[in-house]
Amino acid sequence: MREIETRRVTDAVRDLCIEANTRLPEEHLRALRRALDEEESAIGREVIEKLLENAEVAREECIAFCQDTGYAVFFVELGQEVRFVGGEIGGAIDEGVRRGYEEGYLRKSIVRSPIERTNTGDNTPAIVYYDLVPGDGLKLTMLVKGAGCDNMSALKMFTPAEGVPAMKRFVLETIEEAGPNASPPLTVGIGIGGPFEKAAQLAKKALTRPSGEPNLDPELAKLERELLEEINATGIGPAGYGGIVTALAVHIESFPTHIAAFPVAVNLDCHSHRTASVEL
Amino acid sequence: MSAEPTHLETPLSREGIEALKTGDVVHLHGVIYTARDAAHARKADAIEKGVPLPFDPEGQVVYFTGPAPAKPGHPIGPAGPTTASRMDPYSPLLIERGLRGMIGKGSRSEEVRKAMREHGCVYFGAVEGTAALLARCVKEAEIIAYEDLGAEAIRRLVVEDFPVVVVNDLYGGDLYEEGRKKWRRLASRD
Repeated sequence: MREIETRRVTDAVRDLCIEANTRLPEEHLRALRRALDEEESAIGREVIEKLLENAEVAREECIAFCQDTGYAVFFVELGQEVRFVGGEIGGAIDEGVRRGYEEGYLRKSIVRSPIERTNTGDNTPAIVYYDLVPGDGLKLTMLVKGAGCDNMSALKMFTPAEGVPAMKRFVLETIEEAGPNASPPLTVGIGIGGPFEKAAQLAKKALTRPSGEPNLDPELAKLERELLEEINATGIGPAGYGGIVTALAVHIESFPTHIAAFPVAVNLDCHSHRTASVEL
Repeated sequence: MSAEPTHLETPLSREGIEALKTGDVVHLHGVIYTARDAAHARKADAIEKGVPLPFDPEGQVVYFTGPAPAKPGHPIGPAGPTTASRMDPYSPLLIERGLRGMIGKGSRSEEVRKAMREHGCVYFGAVEGTAALLARCVKEAEIIAYEDLGAEAIRRLVVEDFPVVVVNDLYGGDLYEEGRKKWRRLASRD
């Protein structure tokens, strides 16, 4: 067994919160620069220029580039030969979020319950998904998830007969419905398969893939390309002001499913696409 | 946005906004007020109970935002617009009371757009995701009501050259609809 002190996890989470909220990932910046070359609408290009300028200011001043510093979502790949010492892992992650959001001047956006709505005051609890994997490694991937675009996400249970055409229609409909509200240019996470909740989780996890990196499965990679092209033909454009770049990337994750099912989840991410990861 | 911006001082007059057309770039100067979900719910409650509002909406501009905390030496933290449609149930109440402008992102309901046309109010879009840049246009910030709401408290901001674009003018224009139509290439879905 390899021992990892939980205070190391706390420190790493604190740093991830600040890094993810103040520095756009390099792949995403590259995607924005490419979009600037491709965009034909003048107002669309100006929006992208402002996004790039904003990212630079945020990085220089170490401030959040979007005021909605979101849910703190973590995908944890936990080696089964790891033993934590000095506390429990969930508490250590929450403590890291607490410190990161306080010390990084990040907004605390989480309320205690959807009904009662008192702010928890420290952006906890973190949303944590654990994957137990072989070995003694520990990888934490953070996704900062803003609510404006999360609100425009959707899930639908299709039948096998409806299949891929229904899936593609549903993705397009979700994006058309979101229009400017999800703050394009978007990163589109799609989860297909599994039971109900698995599709949603896959859609979220798909967002953590480096921007534009295709799925290893050539058939899914082809679907990603086709969907990206169709999404960019909607005309919604940067900030919804009209243009040919509505999405920067489409990422699909797939999982085995039931003989009776074709679940499809679409999780949208705004132009402030924030991920960061660390291995301990 | 490439055109020369129109400079407007707040509070806004009916005449001042009559000249604005969908797609116009405007730089705002002067006082604007922040409010988002929870503050709007409280204002609606105050109106229902006949309690005075934290500020008189007449001629004012409301900015739908909940800023991040300010670093020392800054008047405000990053402050970009939030999705305006969540304020749709409340906005007509304020528009009827003289509100002249709203700043947010995303489409408004037909009910809100109708109230805007009838009573004289425009909806401006700011680019979400430029929160750090927009904060630089805020010269002063002060909480004036609902402090317990934290980021959602009502703040009085003094802004200079705050860049926005007219989404909905007084004449039925809608930048989102017009932009999408112009650039749409999905033949089968038109």
